[in-house]
Amino acid sequence: MTTQILIAGFGGQGILFSGKLLAYKALSEGKELSWLPSYGPEMRGGTASCSVTISDEPVGSPIIDHPDVLIVMNLPSLDRYESTVKKGGMIFVDSTLVSRKVQRDDVKAFYIPSTKLAQDMGAQNLANIVLLGKVLKDCPAISRDYLEEALKKVVSARHPEMYELNLKAIDAGYNYTE
Amino acid sequence: MSEKVLMKGNEAIAEAALRAGCRHYFGYPITPQTELTAYMAKRLPKLEGGVFLQAESEISAINMVYGVAGTGKRVMTSSSSPGISLKQEGISYIAGADLPAVIVNVQRGGPGLGGIQPSQSDYFQATKGGGHGDYHLIVLTPSSVQEMADLTHLAFDLADKYRCPAMLLADGTMGQMMEPVALPEETNCKVEKPWAVTGTEMKREHNIINSLYLSPEVLEKTNFERFERYAKIEKNEVRYESYMMDDAEYCIVAFGIAARVAKNAISAMRKEGFKVGLIRPITIWPFPKKAIREAADKVKGFVSVELSMGQMIEDVKLAEECLRPVLLCNRAGGMIPSVDQIISVTKELVEGGRK
Repeated sequence: MTTQILIAGFGGQGILFSGKLLAYKALSEGKELSWLPSYGPEMRGGTASCSVTISDEPVGSPIIDHPDVLIVMNLPSLDRYESTVKKGGMIFVDSTLVSRKVQRDDVKAFYIPSTKLAQDMGAQNLANIVLLGKVLKDCPAISRDYLEEALKKVVSARHPEMYELNLKAIDAGYNYTE
Repeated sequence: MSEKVLMKGNEAIAEAALRAGCRHYFGYPITPQTELTAYMAKRLPKLEGGVFLQAESEISAINMVYGVAGTGKRVMTSSSSPGISLKQEGISYIAGADLPAVIVNVQRGGPGLGGIQPSQSDYFQATKGGGHGDYHLIVLTPSSVQEMADLTHLAFDLADKYRCPAMLLADGTMGQMMEPVALPEETNCKVEKPWAVTGTEMKREHNIINSLYLSPEVLEKTNFERFERYAKIEKNEVRYESYMMDDAEYCIVAFGIAARVAKNAISAMRKEGFKVGLIRPITIWPFPKKAIREAADKVKGFVSVELSMGQMIEDVKLAEECLRPVLLCNRAGGMIPSVDQIISVTKELVEGGRK
């Protein structure tokens, strides 16, 4: 099985970090994967996206034209990528930052106020991780297995305290009910 | 092979170079290869004999490479397209002085300052000269982060073996993407370098590194001798991947990121019953002419998939000797052909064949 995940939002929201966490999780599971960032002059506040492909077989193209799973953290990203999602695919939306609903009825949409939940935790910059917790819960192709191993690899060694906080943020998203 | 780690392509090149015994790096930052320079800046000063130097320009960096190469040490520079153009004079000198060195080009769209998104439009520059005079580079084209590491290692070995500069021709996608990679073991140069300038200790004649020959007879001789070596490279070092070619009726030719997209297109087309295969050149100089020529006897046509206005297609046409039609499927300026585009052009070829 191959799962193509596109994560998109503003630069500075941790879009690439979310992708890295998924990539390291796949590596820990012994799966094949690719991680491709958008790169460019954009910095904090600009648009950022990250394409992660996870597969049981060697990954062909790392470029994702039609994602199985779309994770969006701002309105421009939903506007831009909603139509590209595969029929039957899933869209995860940070409903604190994106006011509108998904318009397609041939995809499954999930809403979670991840920015607000992160703020309530006193960790506004972990909204991306809260959102990812929701994905781990509701997306059958991406389980919670090996999350701890992956998190240890992506959290900077200089900030070990961030490990626990990230786990808490994952749980906040994982246990959230709409 | 070690345990797999996740790395960006640019970092995999840098780490593989260090493991190949490269202790000298000279460069100048440019997107999309800056992670390579940064990795070297971080690691080299901590290694015994390690020298990292960010030169004041690309021209300066390549001439530092020329200098170190003359001492027989493994040495590398890297840049992206506009920076590689600046290095061409130095590359020609290194080729003219018969020195091994590794040059990395993580290509971006051009011409001119162009853009920073991935491209393959330096194919002509890499394979047909680039600088002045009669010379070639051995040009290796990675198609995965694993190959970014493996081919970097190979580039050092081949450069030493044949005493000529080798180029790793990647693109922005390959440089920026992360994939699991098993890093190569630590090795070093296995070739004796009696020509290197290492100090005579008053025990031998001076070695001279030079590319200036004012006598045309002598200069001609160096050219002929160099091309005898090139003939050996063409005979021994052609590398390519043949993918689903056994029963193929249509052959896609693509390298680097284009080959990755092509594989997705092939698996989609195979599901529809089209027998499509891929020849992926891993060396573009020497070009896998024989593989293409042999495919021409079996297939009905070729599609050259490129991130350029159509450069490799000329080599495909020369290799298949006009036996079959060759269509171009391309994007330029930093854009990448999609799976849908490759399928559509390949179907054009199928339709054309039925007429």
